[in-house]
Amino acid sequence: MKRLLMVGLVAALTGLAAFWLLTIPYTSGESVTAWLKDDGDIVKGEAIFWASGCASCHAAKDAQGDQKLVLGGNHALKTPVGTFHVPNISPDQEFGIGNWTLKEFADALLFGTSPQGRHYYPAFPYSSYAGMNFEDINHLWAFIKTLPASKTQNPPHDLAFPFNISRGTGLWKMLYLDAASVISVGDDPVLQRGQYLVEVLGHCGECHTPRTLGGFGGLDRTKWLSGGPAPEGEGKIPDITPGQSGIGAWSQEDIVYYLETGFTPEFDSAGGSMVSVQENMAKLPKSDLEAIAAYLKSVPAISSK
Amino acid sequence: MFSKKHFATLSVATVGLAIATMAVAGPIEDRQAKMKAVGKSIGIVGKMAKGQSDFDAALALQALTDMKAAAADFETLFPDGSGEGKTEAAPAIFTDRAGFDAKQADFMASLDKVTAAAPADLKALQASLGEVGKNCGACHKAYRVKKN
Repeated sequence: MKRLLMVGLVAALTGLAAFWLLTIPYTSGESVTAWLKDDGDIVKGEAIFWASGCASCHAAKDAQGDQKLVLGGNHALKTPVGTFHVPNISPDQEFGIGNWTLKEFADALLFGTSPQGRHYYPAFPYSSYAGMNFEDINHLWAFIKTLPASKTQNPPHDLAFPFNISRGTGLWKMLYLDAASVISVGDDPVLQRGQYLVEVLGHCGECHTPRTLGGFGGLDRTKWLSGGPAPEGEGKIPDITPGQSGIGAWSQEDIVYYLETGFTPEFDSAGGSMVSVQENMAKLPKSDLEAIAAYLKSVPAISSK
Repeated sequence: MFSKKHFATLSVATVGLAIATMAVAGPIEDRQAKMKAVGKSIGIVGKMAKGQSDFDAALALQALTDMKAAAADFETLFPDGSGEGKTEAAPAIFTDRAGFDAKQADFMASLDKVTAAAPADLKALQASLGEVGKNCGACHKAYRVKKN
């Protein structure tokens, strides 16, 4: 009996130790830091900012115009896991990220790790940003530092067990954090640009691709961009592959026009969370929208119905 | 030959059918019909703006004017309890009437503005459509839930 108890205790401790070791948050190594330089280009940074959709979550809900540049958070995302209160990433020294180093910024984007060495939840789409060019991190950092400081203090996330165990996210990352590209586009520079905008910066897959484990896992790359349940509230996120249930009937010009104006080829308008995405996309150069359209036309058609 | 009894049965059936028909055409169908009419007008000016059809100032003004007529009083077609069933109306419409009404007011105001004079050229029409389209998105962002 005593011996059985000992065995049980040792097994439990071993399990705990393994969990602890496996879920240690990663940070940037030398292969990343060698590229990080505090000399980013603000103009390039702004383009990356809109392409990456930072304001869609980090600006206040329903922010319009210049308010989208105030990244105080003040935005709750209600999901099946619980409510995420988006953090303040304005350059405020006290409530924002004004005290961060460029390396800490890179750690957050590439590895989902906070300056305190904790895991961020994947509601922050670092599993897409993991593929970011390191120079683009420099540019984005330069731009974000020019934005207005906000004093907004956001409440902590309100999540259900077991999602409230931050270390658990380490297991999630072990399984799903993958910086590799999803599809292979060959060496056409337009398709490569489109791939980078869709798969990485635009993080389109985060909503447009269904997740494994009943919605709690990672993106199901075999069903890339084929739509799924909305991560927030009711409704569905549409299939944007060239398949039957997707946008196969749209021309590349239709896709560009939609991203510019919010109008589908039938002149229905974008709705839900896509409205702010489309407003961001409309700020990109037309060549980028054309690259996105070319990429979307090249992904495998998947019929979700 | 119709007997009185047959006639009575027939009448009851007719009234029953009429009631059934009325029950089918409720606020959901009414507002969908209105939205369809708005969409038809958007399609006319949208095709011009997109370069899929020739610019025609008179036709554009007519479409925008029709859109305004079709959109009027849209917000009154969401009585309590009409958020269930085959509808993409978001629950927020029924819990945030003031916000919803304000979006509709913005939409109507933009239609007032763009119907004040016929668009002089294609550029003006594209600007008008942008003005109106912004309000389509603003309302659909918070108050429409895509279900398919």
